[in-house]
Amino acid sequence: MNKVLSVSEITGLIKQTLEEEFSEINVIGEISNFKAHISGHWYFTLKDSSAQISCTMWKGINSYVFFTPQDGMKIIISGRITVYPPRGNYQIDVRSMKPAGVGELQAAFEKLKQKLSAEGLFDEKHKKPIPKFPKKIGIVTAIDGAAFQDMKSIAARRFPLTELVISSCKVQGEGAAEEISKSIKLLNQEKDIDVIIVGRGGGSLEDLWAFNEEIVARTIFESKIPIVSAVGHEIDFTISDFAADLRAATPSAAMELVTPDKDELFAFIDEFSDYFPAKMLDIVFDLKDNVDNLISSYGFKNLADVVKQKNQILDNLLFRFQKGFENKLLERKNNLKIIEGAIQSFNIGNTLKRGFTLIQQDNKYITRKNNLVSNKKFNIKFYDGDTKINE
Amino acid sequence: MSKKKENRFEDSLNRLQKISDQLESGEVGLEDSIKLYEEGIQLAMQCYSTLKEAELKVTELKKQLELNIKN
Repeated sequence: MNKVLSVSEITGLIKQTLEEEFSEINVIGEISNFKAHISGHWYFTLKDSSAQISCTMWKGINSYVFFTPQDGMKIIISGRITVYPPRGNYQIDVRSMKPAGVGELQAAFEKLKQKLSAEGLFDEKHKKPIPKFPKKIGIVTAIDGAAFQDMKSIAARRFPLTELVISSCKVQGEGAAEEISKSIKLLNQEKDIDVIIVGRGGGSLEDLWAFNEEIVARTIFESKIPIVSAVGHEIDFTISDFAADLRAATPSAAMELVTPDKDELFAFIDEFSDYFPAKMLDIVFDLKDNVDNLISSYGFKNLADVVKQKNQILDNLLFRFQKGFENKLLERKNNLKIIEGAIQSFNIGNTLKRGFTLIQQDNKYITRKNNLVSNKKFNIKFYDGDTKINE
Repeated sequence: MSKKKENRFEDSLNRLQKISDQLESGEVGLEDSIKLYEEGIQLAMQCYSTLKEAELKVTELKKQLELNIKN
């Protein structure tokens, strides 16, 4: 009888054989059951139409993968077989991973795009307006990249009143997506950033991949500050472009979109100071013309004639008035004399008529008893005649 | 300080545009036109010199702040 081995012994032999034989393997397959554990380790199954194998990729190593694996993606991995005796299973300890072809990335791109689109991340209603005169422009890119230099010179040329606040980050390779996301969040902590440009210059699909990652798309979507996405060249579209409030073809184009043109502003100011002095003169001359026209209009001419006519009438009236007044005055004077004469006799007559009498002696009216000399002749004046006494 | 200055620039520019429209409309009386015109010229001069003298400012956000972000 052959030697009897314990479970541990045989497992040990298998482990040794497998791990020695398959210490450096490259395997192509499709990802399924992909799980990024909270600890940072990745667990997934690699499969084809008739077999499958468990895989792990440890934290630290997986941060070098430039894309986030998705179920269904075809990849090529490098690694080694390891056996885990307590469970009696084997798996691939993955050291590196890449898409099996460009088509895989494109498929992943489409898949994520559809997913986020279905969630409403790209909806027009979420798009924030881009301010016209930004005081501060946040920039998320590599500070030593050509894109930043381009943006700087365009800002200086177009609208030097603004301030660029750069939050520098990696824009490609491992960890780029996380850094981009972090930079956007950092700028959102600043209180006075008006708009953020997130981008980088052109490159391969692999180079630009960070901008196709879900984490970047979600951070862009959650940003309180409007974001302009500017990745690569005209032809490159990324997930970031869809999530952003505005897409620019290039970083330079983005800077042109968010800044007003100094020369246009000068032109506007010049127009005002050139055009309006003349315009003011026009206004004044127009008004002057209006006044001139009014004065020389028939209405005013007619009025002058009317004034002349009225003057004449007035003169006539005055003349007549004067004449009339003089006549009246003369008439009144005469009347007055007649009345004056009449008043006295009329009044005395009236008194006598009522039965009073007047005593006249020596051509004087006697009004007191003591003044009368009773034995001398006097005259009693009645209304209807005189009676002479002592004659 | 620069924030205030730039705000003022935008406000001035908007005001200038408004004045320009008002004067253009011809619906303002002579005295008001003259007042608006004087204000406009003042603003135009201000905007011009502000823009002429401006120099692009670039600052880098400090890395230490990253500690504040949990991610």
